[in-house]
Amino acid sequence: MRPTAARLLNILVPVKRTIDYAVKIRVNPDQKGVDLNVKHSMNPFDEIAVEEAVRLREKLKDAVKSIKVVTIGPPKSVETLRTALAMGADSGVHVEIPESAPPPEPLGVAKALRAVIERQKDGVDLVILGKQAIDDDASQTGQMLAGLMNWPQATFASKLVVDTASKEANVTREIDGGLEELKCKLPLVVTTDLRLNEPRYASLPNIMKAKKKPIEKLSPSDLGIDLTPRIETLKVTEPPKRVGGGKVESVDELIAKLKEAGITAVKA
Amino acid sequence: MSSAIRSAAIQALRASRALRSAAGLRPTQHLRAMSSSAQPLLRSLDAYTDEEQMLRETVVKFAEDVIAPKVREMDENEMMDPAVIQGLFDTGLMGIETSEDLGGAGFSFTSAIIAIEELAKIDPSVSVMCDVHNTLVNTVLRKYGTQAQKEKYLPKLASTDLGSFCLSEPASGSDAFALQTRAKKDGNHWVLNGSKMWITNSYEANVFLIFATIDPSLGYKGITCFIAEKDMGIQIAKKEQKLGIRASSTCTLNFDDLKIPEENVIGEVGKGYKIAIEILNEGRIGIAAQMLGLAQGAFNKAVPYTYQRSQFGQPVGTFQGMAFQIAQAAIDIESARLLTYNAARRKDEGLEFTKEAAMAKYWASVVAQKVSGQAIEWAGGVGFTRETGIEKFWRDSKIGAIYEGTSNIQLQTIAKFVQKQYS
Repeated sequence: MRPTAARLLNILVPVKRTIDYAVKIRVNPDQKGVDLNVKHSMNPFDEIAVEEAVRLREKLKDAVKSIKVVTIGPPKSVETLRTALAMGADSGVHVEIPESAPPPEPLGVAKALRAVIERQKDGVDLVILGKQAIDDDASQTGQMLAGLMNWPQATFASKLVVDTASKEANVTREIDGGLEELKCKLPLVVTTDLRLNEPRYASLPNIMKAKKKPIEKLSPSDLGIDLTPRIETLKVTEPPKRVGGGKVESVDELIAKLKEAGITAVKA
Repeated sequence: MSSAIRSAAIQALRASRALRSAAGLRPTQHLRAMSSSAQPLLRSLDAYTDEEQMLRETVVKFAEDVIAPKVREMDENEMMDPAVIQGLFDTGLMGIETSEDLGGAGFSFTSAIIAIEELAKIDPSVSVMCDVHNTLVNTVLRKYGTQAQKEKYLPKLASTDLGSFCLSEPASGSDAFALQTRAKKDGNHWVLNGSKMWITNSYEANVFLIFATIDPSLGYKGITCFIAEKDMGIQIAKKEQKLGIRASSTCTLNFDDLKIPEENVIGEVGKGYKIAIEILNEGRIGIAAQMLGLAQGAFNKAVPYTYQRSQFGQPVGTFQGMAFQIAQAAIDIESARLLTYNAARRKDEGLEFTKEAAMAKYWASVVAQKVSGQAIEWAGGVGFTRETGIEKFWRDSKIGAIYEGTSNIQLQTIAKFVQKQYS
């Protein structure tokens, strides 16, 4: 991969078409999956990723040379690319898989992204991904991609500041204990958390402008990758229905009830 | 579409499918015009172009995030929140059909209808503001304005200035051409005197389309359309306190020797009546969309509640009596939707749409009142409180049978078409 020009950033934002967050999920009778005949939209964390790239350009102006969005999915996934273009990305790449193909898994996606990155003549300096997709909640793709590329990673970012002169980024991460600040060298993989930003609406003029932006279509074989699933879904069920609780009079009674419920970590 | 044209269209469709080339068959005026993306030519009314889908999604998000939290406050205060108006401008919703080189978004008429519908699902007051601005004010300029007038006003209207359409007067509503506002030529100015009443957007507007007569003895042939700006001296008098769409400003305007430069005549002197008739024709589809969105919005608020609220051991919405009412309301909304979108598509295709527009507006206003009224009943006592926002839809719906052509006027228009066809 050729190093990029000294001060210009090429940003890649992978996006995924998922079931819309507001939809009520129904498990299929065969218990192998959920009803997919519902509204789909861009994974909300990916919207945040696209927004962050556009904000970086608004801040750094010409220092951001390109914002490219990429998706690996069936034909309908192109809608997600168009939404990203309407938000301000410059061009898109659609790695198209057949409608009937199984959904790609994080490792497969990471390998596809690596291949896409390696195809970019100007290189890629920053990959911003959503921290996880709201359908599988895997939270793996960004981390795997960083591993495959041997790049640093800063996940669950709630703040991102890029210094193009020094080719470094300061990332604030949300962790269990609070906030952690990392200084990272570019090229870098960042995954977005909820509080990083609030995505803009695709304004009407931008929706029109997006029509003229180029989308490159590729197949997995063009990239030399194999998206065969390595994981078999055995069963999908709804969480157990909530049952009523009960009131207890004393700590001893509480412990007894907990033991009854099978929470055996509680000592007598 | 006549049967001869339809079978020609079907033959053409088969031919184009055989060829399967993207350049394929150029849609003629009589086939459904489609976007540049290769889609089949004959589609159900549920078919939208990609841009139209994206526009709908943007408006839905904007309405839910920015407008929804303010609806109750705006209604109680009878005041449109400036942030909402600004948000509409920022999102590009105030220049939907205006061409891109004049600062607009360059979308189709049907796209404007989609926006009006989605806004109305959340707040019919905001919807009518956007509707009047786009389908009346912007369209008059686009269709009848000179290049100079378009360049002067369309960019402003798309980015900062709210527009208002001033036709009705205290003594002339349905009988619009009995208007009395007088315009007298004085050198290179026209001087206007008179009053307008029931004018939407007037409290916040900066650009006004005003219809006045240059000579009452000429009857409707004296009516002329002028474009004026607030600071030329337009006086906003009484702001009406209304039953519904309370956040939408409705004011009386007074013109006291209002001086308008002669280059601000839109179209020809004495041809204003034509502008008014033609523009209100399209405006009707806009109101149909507003009423449709209103009905859907009320339905969307009340129906989920009926599946949660249980009485006698089951959700009230599952009792057969309720279920049947809900089903009938769904049919009503669907029929209003089809009338509205068919009229819109016909207009985009360059077909005659006067009758269809009148039918859509009439029926959508009937459905709006009916469904919003039922929505209150379905929600029971809670529906009667102002807190849930369901009752607001019912209050807002009443105007649908009144403005932009009363229901009786619509029926008269439709009856004339039927008579022409059948006698």
